[in-house]
Amino acid sequence: MEFFPKVIFIIPLYGMKIPVTETVVVTWGIMAGLMAFGYAAGKNLERMPHGLQNGVEIFYEGLEGLIESTMGEGNEGFVPYIGTLAMYLAVANLIGLLAFRPPTADLSTTLTLAGITFALTQYEGLRKKGVTGYIRGFFEPLPFMAPLNIIGQIANPFSMAFRLFGNILGGMIIMNLAYSAMPVIIPAPLHFYFDVFAGVLQTFIFIMLTMTFVGMAAE
Amino acid sequence: MAAIDGKALILAFSAMGAGLAMIGALGTGIGQGIAAGKAAEAVARQPDAEGDIIRTLLLGDAVAETSAIYCLIIALILIFANPLARLL
Repeated sequence: MEFFPKVIFIIPLYGMKIPVTETVVVTWGIMAGLMAFGYAAGKNLERMPHGLQNGVEIFYEGLEGLIESTMGEGNEGFVPYIGTLAMYLAVANLIGLLAFRPPTADLSTTLTLAGITFALTQYEGLRKKGVTGYIRGFFEPLPFMAPLNIIGQIANPFSMAFRLFGNILGGMIIMNLAYSAMPVIIPAPLHFYFDVFAGVLQTFIFIMLTMTFVGMAAE
Repeated sequence: MAAIDGKALILAFSAMGAGLAMIGALGTGIGQGIAAGKAAEAVARQPDAEGDIIRTLLLGDAVAETSAIYCLIIALILIFANPLARLL
């Protein structure tokens, strides 16, 4: 049971020692897998889809419908980002089933993803409302509430990151406890709850919160 | 009692603190239960809107869960990455 991810190897660079943790190596694996999947799915596209292309189109259209119902019409440009996030998080949360350490059980991963969403939220607010509208947004509904609004904006990525991190790490620790208590029979149904259910639910919640924040920033 | 040194005392109280921190999850449990009950009422009243209700429930629960997750993180830090043991 490790709280911190193991350091696999160290890259020496200009006298610095950069530790490469289990998180990074597993993330590379997931990236390679998703890229291979994307290449296989998009290799020969047909007008009448069959096989893999069918499944991928169902995923894409489902996501497009979800984005339309959450963020309104005309936001199809977010499908690639939200889709990438959904696929990466789903695989990352479920990879605990293959006895790897989930990359999302590391605060670095979740804070990075939440930071990307935060940057996107602020950029979208600036783009849709203009600089003056964006700044005025902080002084609403009353001018003296500006500090509260700013703290509220900054707190969002942290609560998103800690929610995902806490859920996945908590599940991982409970699974480790279950394995050390009784290595047979008992962990199997627990895997279903802590890995499959919690993993898929947290993926859904992360992308829903991303869509909600980005959608709210544009209003 | 003379055999207890400062480090052991810190570790013991950190373990207790980790347990006490999780009391904060109580409020989340009650709150999510109320939300789920209201969602069940809403589905009973409007079975057509089940998808929207479940999505809103999950999103609301995720936000309500934040305080329990903070409790969990504090408990985990006290157990695995204790900042107090380093002060000694």
